[in-house]
Amino acid sequence: MPWVSVQTEDFDTDAIVTNLTGGRRDIGAIVSFTGLVRDLPDQSLQSMTLEHYPAMTEKAIAEIVETAMQRWDVSDVAVVHRVGELKPSDRIVLVVTASAHRGDAFLACEYIMDYLKTRAPFWKKEITEAGERWVDAKASDDEASRRWE
Amino acid sequence: MINVLYFASLKDAVGMSAEEIDLDAVISDAAIKDVGSLRDWLCQRGGPWQSALSQQRLMTAVNQEIARPDTPVSDGDEVAFFPPVTGG
Repeated sequence: MPWVSVQTEDFDTDAIVTNLTGGRRDIGAIVSFTGLVRDLPDQSLQSMTLEHYPAMTEKAIAEIVETAMQRWDVSDVAVVHRVGELKPSDRIVLVVTASAHRGDAFLACEYIMDYLKTRAPFWKKEITEAGERWVDAKASDDEASRRWE
Repeated sequence: MINVLYFASLKDAVGMSAEEIDLDAVISDAAIKDVGSLRDWLCQRGGPWQSALSQQRLMTAVNQEIARPDTPVSDGDEVAFFPPVTGG
C-alpha cells in the first residue's frame, strides 16, 4: 500500500524504508530520493516557508503515485513532503520506490518527483534579510515532467 | 454558492485566502458556468484582481482536482486559483 504524508516534522528515511520492505521477500531494489533546502548562491537564505493546499495535497500526490505504480512494476511507494518553516540543509521531500528490479524503481522515483514538482499544490517562499519572496516555477521542471507524456 | 480559494503569491496579491460567491447573485452578460468564466468575472473587479488573475500560467482546481478553463463550476464546488506550484 503506498504511503503518503504531508507533515511539518522531519522524517527518518531508514525507518520508512524498513517499514516499506518489512517482511517482504520479493523486493530486490529500493530507490530513495531526498530533497534538501538549498541556500541561495549568496548564502543569504534564512529560512523557507512551504505553503500548501491541505485538502488537495495528499490526494494529488496519491494520484501521481498511483499512475507511477500502473506504469512501472513497483511493489510499493512512500512519499513524505514537509510544510511550514524550514532552514537551509533541512530535508524537505522523500520519495521511496520498491521494486523487484532497479530499473522500474529508478524510473518510478524520477517520474513521481517530476510530477510532484509540477502538479502537487506546494509553494515555496524564501526569507532573507532583504525580505520575503515567492519562488518562481522553473520552465525546466515543466520540461522534466513533459518528457514522460 | 461556491467556495473560492487563493494561494501563495495570488493570495497576497488579492488580499484574501477565501471567499464565497453566490452564483445566482452574479449579474453579468455571461453567467459563471466554468473555471474560465469565473476567472473572467473575477478579473472584472479590476486592480490587483485583473493583474493577478490574468497571469497566463495560473493554475486552477475544482474540488481539489487540477482543472482547465472549460471545467464546469456549479453550486457547492470548491474552486482554487494558484500560481504554478514550486514544491519538491
